[in-house]
This record gives sequence, C-alpha cells and structure tokens, in this order.
Amino acid sequence: MRSLFYITSALGLIALAFWAYHENFLTQRMLTKTEQLQTEIGQSRAKLRVLRAEWAYLNRPERLRDLAALNFDRLHLFPLSSSHFGRADQVAYPRLEERDLVQPVAASARGGIE
Amino acid sequence: MIRIPLRPLATILKARKTGKNPDDIERANIRQRHEDMQDESRMRAEGRLLVLGMLFFLGFLSISARMAFLAASEPSEPKVHSFGGAIHAQRADIVDRQGRILATNMETTALYAHPQELIDPKNAVKQLVRIFPDLDEQRLLRDFSGPRKFVWVKKKVSPEQKQAVYDIGDPGLLLGPREMRLYPNGRLAAHVLGGARFGREGVHAAEVLGVAGVEFTFDEYLRDVVNYDVPLQLSLDLSVQAEMEQLLAGGMRVMNAKGAAAVLMDVHTGEVIALASLPDFDPNHRPVGSGKNPDNPLFNRAVQGVYELGSTFKIFAVAQAMELGLVNPDTVLDIRGPIRFGRFRIRDSHYLGKELSVSDIIVKSSNIGTARIAQMIGVDRQQQFLRDFGVFEKTSLEMVEASGGKPLLPPKWTELSTMTISYGHGLSATPLHLAAGYAALANGGYQVTPTLIRKEHPTQGLRIVSENVAKASVAMLRKVVTEGTAKRYGDVPGYAVAGKTGTSEKQKKNGPGYDKDRVLASFASVFPAHDPQYVLVVTMDEAVETVGLKPRRTASLTAVPVAAEIIGRVAPLLGMRPHFEPQVLTKVELTAN
Repeated sequence: MRSLFYITSALGLIALAFWAYHENFLTQRMLTKTEQLQTEIGQSRAKLRVLRAEWAYLNRPERLRDLAALNFDRLHLFPLSSSHFGRADQVAYPRLEERDLVQPVAASARGGIE
Repeated sequence: MIRIPLRPLATILKARKTGKNPDDIERANIRQRHEDMQDESRMRAEGRLLVLGMLFFLGFLSISARMAFLAASEPSEPKVHSFGGAIHAQRADIVDRQGRILATNMETTALYAHPQELIDPKNAVKQLVRIFPDLDEQRLLRDFSGPRKFVWVKKKVSPEQKQAVYDIGDPGLLLGPREMRLYPNGRLAAHVLGGARFGREGVHAAEVLGVAGVEFTFDEYLRDVVNYDVPLQLSLDLSVQAEMEQLLAGGMRVMNAKGAAAVLMDVHTGEVIALASLPDFDPNHRPVGSGKNPDNPLFNRAVQGVYELGSTFKIFAVAQAMELGLVNPDTVLDIRGPIRFGRFRIRDSHYLGKELSVSDIIVKSSNIGTARIAQMIGVDRQQQFLRDFGVFEKTSLEMVEASGGKPLLPPKWTELSTMTISYGHGLSATPLHLAAGYAALANGGYQVTPTLIRKEHPTQGLRIVSENVAKASVAMLRKVVTEGTAKRYGDVPGYAVAGKTGTSEKQKKNGPGYDKDRVLASFASVFPAHDPQYVLVVTMDEAVETVGLKPRRTASLTAVPVAAEIIGRVAPLLGMRPHFEPQVLTKVELTAN
C-alpha cells in the first residue's frame, strides 16, 4: 500500500513538473507574441499619426483655397456667403415630365375611379 | 538490530564462580545500552539539524541570489500589462472646436555623431554639408576633429536625408528616434498656438516643451501621460480663423497698416472663435527674439498690445449713465465746446451742433457729449463700472502672453481722467478687453470671461447692467452702422451689424502729445443686432487709406470695411442664416368716408 502511494506521488510529481514546464514555455511564447503585437500597435499608431498629420496638412485652408482658385473653371466654388442660404419654399419641386406617371395612372384606372 | 543480552549466561556463571554479584554485570550492561541509545539519538538529531540548516542556507542563498540579480539587472517594464506604454505620443494633440488638428506630434530622426568612431571625418563633413546645406562646415570639422565624444549634428532629419546619411556609410554618424511638434496649418493661429522646442535631449528621445501660447499654458496637461489620447480642444474654429486671417491680411495691405489684430468672440460663453494678429510667423520655425517688442511678429497685438482704443469706449460711459438712471437714449445734452479743463481742451473732431441726444452722441461720436456724461457719473462710479467690465486687470485668456496685456491706467484718476477715459483716451487696454466688454453689453448685461477652451454650456457671469440698458446700448450701436460713422461700409446685408468706430492718435514717439499721422483705427462690432451672437473687434495699426487726394486715417474708412468684409464671410461659416430686419412699413392711414 505504501509503495503504491510512493509511486503515485512520484508520478504525480513528474506530471506536475511537466505541466509547469509546458506552461512556462507557453507563457514565454505568449509574452513574445504580446511584445510583437505591442510593437505592431505602436507602429500602426505612429503610422496613423503621420496619416492624420498628412490629412491635416493636405486639408489646410490655405491649400484648399488655392486648389479652389486653380480649379475654378471646372468647380465654380465661391466662398460661402449669405446668399447661399435659402428658404424651404425656394426649393423647386422636381419637374413633372421627369416623373414616371404611367403606372400610378394605370393602377387607379383599374380601381374603377375612371 | 542485534540486542546484547543484559545477563549473558557465560559471564554470569563466571561471576558466580568468582563470587561476584551478577547484578553488577546487568547494571553495567544496562548503562552501556543507554549510552549507545543516547549516542544514536544524538547522531540522528544532529543529522536532522544539519539537513535543516542546509535547507535554510539554500533558501537564503537563492533569495539573496535573486535579490542580487534584480539589483544588478537592467530594469524592464512588465510585458503583459503595458498596453503600449512606450508607444503613445509624448504630447497630446491640439484640435479646434470641430476636432480638426492644429498641432500634432510626428516621429522623426535626430542625427548625432561619435567623432572618435568616425573613419574619415573630412569626407563625412563634406558629405553632410552636401545633404544639409545649412550646416556650418568649418564648425562641424572642428567638432569632429576635436576631443569631443558626442556631437549633435541635426535635430530633425527627413526620411530622404536619413537615407542619404546612411549612404555616407560612416559608423561614427548615428541616428536616433525623436518626436517633433508639427503644426500642419502653418501660420494659421500661430499666436494662439505659440510653438514648441526640445527640452532635455537623449539619444533615444527628447522632451518636447511648449514655449508660448496655449502650448506653454497647457504644457503640463499636454505632457501628462493620462491625456495622451485626449486632445486639447480649443474654442477656435479652423475655417473661421483662416478666413479672418486672410481678410485681415488683405485689409492690412490695402490700408497700408503696420499691423492688425482681430478678435471674434461668442458673447454668451466668452469663447474666442478666432484670434488673429498680424504680422504673424510660422510656429514650425518659430523666429527667435523677444515677443515683448511690438514690432516683432511674435508680439500678439490682440492680447499683448495695450492701446488707447478711442471712441469705441464711449458706449461704456453711456451704458453706465443709463444704468444709473442719469440719462436715457433721448435725453438731450449741451455739447457746445470745447470743454476747458485747466490747460486741457476737449473738442470734437468737427462741429456737431449745439445739442445732441444721448443716442446721437454715440451715433455721431461726440467727445464733448461723452465727457459731459462722464462728469455726471463721477470718478468713483466710473472706476467701479470699468472694473466690472474687466478693464482694470489683464484678461484671463489661457495664454502666457495674456499676462503681458495689463491695461495702463492713469496714475492719478482725476475728473479730467474720467472725462478723457469716457472717450477712450488716458486708459490703454487690449482689443481683447474691448471684445469682452462689448460681449457683456451684447449678451444682455452679463460679465464675460474670455477663454480659448471649448465650452459646452454658456456660463453666466455677474450682471453688470440691466437687460434694458444692454438692449438700448446695442440699439445705439446699430444706429452707428445704419446712420452714423460706420454707415458707408459697416453694414452687412442680412447680419445687422452694430458697432462703434474708434480712431485714436498714437502718442508721439519722443516727447508728450499725440501724433496726427499715426493712428490706431478700431471697430468693435456686435452681430446680429436683434439677437447678438458674436463680437468682432478689428484694430489696424497706423492704417491709412490713400485712394483719395488726401490720405485719410479714420476708422470708418480703414477698420470698418475690413470688419464688414470679415463678418460677411465668417457669419455664414458659423452657420448663421442671414436675417433681414423687418422694414419700417409705410404709414397706412385709416380713413372713413
């Protein structure tokens, strides 16, 4: 009985040692991976910052103004002024002939309104 | 275990034969056995103690070994819990009220050298100067061939230049990462942002410190690790600021002015939407020099420049007189002049008649009329009132430069001072003070604290004047634009501008008295008059309009057209719909037949 106990505990010890060894290597691998990911995140952040800075640089008002002036013949962009504001009743209805009126008329005809 | 018998038969028999007591033998044997047992247990105990001692020794040894290792090894951050600790930008961004970037950080490279490790210093210097033409060749050669072990060559290196330096291939030339401050909009809002410089420099990184403007005021906030992902949001609006700067620069050129400043402020919150001072500079290459010299582009005219702001101050005297119940807009006052006060005379710029109503005193800008009103108010009450408007102290704007804009008050505040101050002479304040004062009148009479930080909700200051007085004041200012000094150029269709012009002669450079040819033209305006939202103050330094035969310097011809142009462009950008005031209906007479 006693020897069985010794043998099982020895086997248990070996199993636990193996498990600990295994976990240790798993953890180390994870740490390396985390480090890699952190570096990657850092690089992406730096890239993002550069892109944002570039976006801000390319959209700086001075440049946009010059571009609007350069492409005036195509875009006809004017500085925003009070005349660009309108009232709702100034918005024209779509022109009638552009609407496809065939089907609704046919539908109402079937309803016996005619 | 072999047990030795206590009474071995052979020994007993022998003893009996010789007549000895066999019990003695037994006793001796018992003693012997006890001695053996004692020896054995001592051996065992000693052995146990030794093992235990060894165990303790090993335990302490491993602990001390670990401690020694920890003490001797390089410190490193825990890998699992540092979520990109070293990866964030060193300094938080600055954005405008809509989140558009005004200042950000960018990674760049710094170039340094270990002269001892240079293989061919002469060639290295020659190549470096080819890449960076601004380097001083002689000095670099001296540094490289001298005893120095470390030399900074260039603090910011572009990727192309970095490659070129690699191509030199000298192992003594080294590159280190470095963050730099970038202002992508260039000169835009330069005075507000200020600029940054490198603090302590290392090979792997360098501190970025703010030198002026909000960069300096909020240096601690921007460098705080907690705020790296939380940008500092200013109240400025990028597009409004850009438009205002452009129009102001144009106006300054046309009016031949030496400098100009403009402040646009929300009357309810005190938020500064745009603040410009010309000439300006590029914060990416901040010029050296003292920002305290008014002729230096670093000088912020809107915040640091204290000027006698002239007639724009008149409305304060009138508002106070109305608040005290001394006058109402229709009270008629005697404006015959000049008023003699000792050797001093107060006169109007031209003859305005014998008497004018209070409203017309503002509309026609009568110095004599305002001085008479100030006389009614008296010294003490005027001081208290102006103090409430914040004219006595430097503004609380979040810029270091604001502390330089402390108003200049008369050393002795006499009755004459009261009279001259009522029309803006004898007291110097910044355009920002003026904007805050006008904002208080425009928002219905509440004190306004100018701020550069975006505010979600309006904060209500102390009440300075009653709502009726504030309304009456704005109505008078509106009349200045519809029928008074700003009539010709001041109105902007749809935005009902109300404002007051001010043309003040500057003090002579050497000696007392005023110089007629050097004036500060200003226009302080509020729009729209029926529901004031914004205050715009434009000042132009030594502006002169040369279209006519004679050079003219009055604000109505210099500052007013520029201000009107700014309002016309900026108001739509602020999302304000034009509002056309109801026209006065032609009289309809009811008749009966």
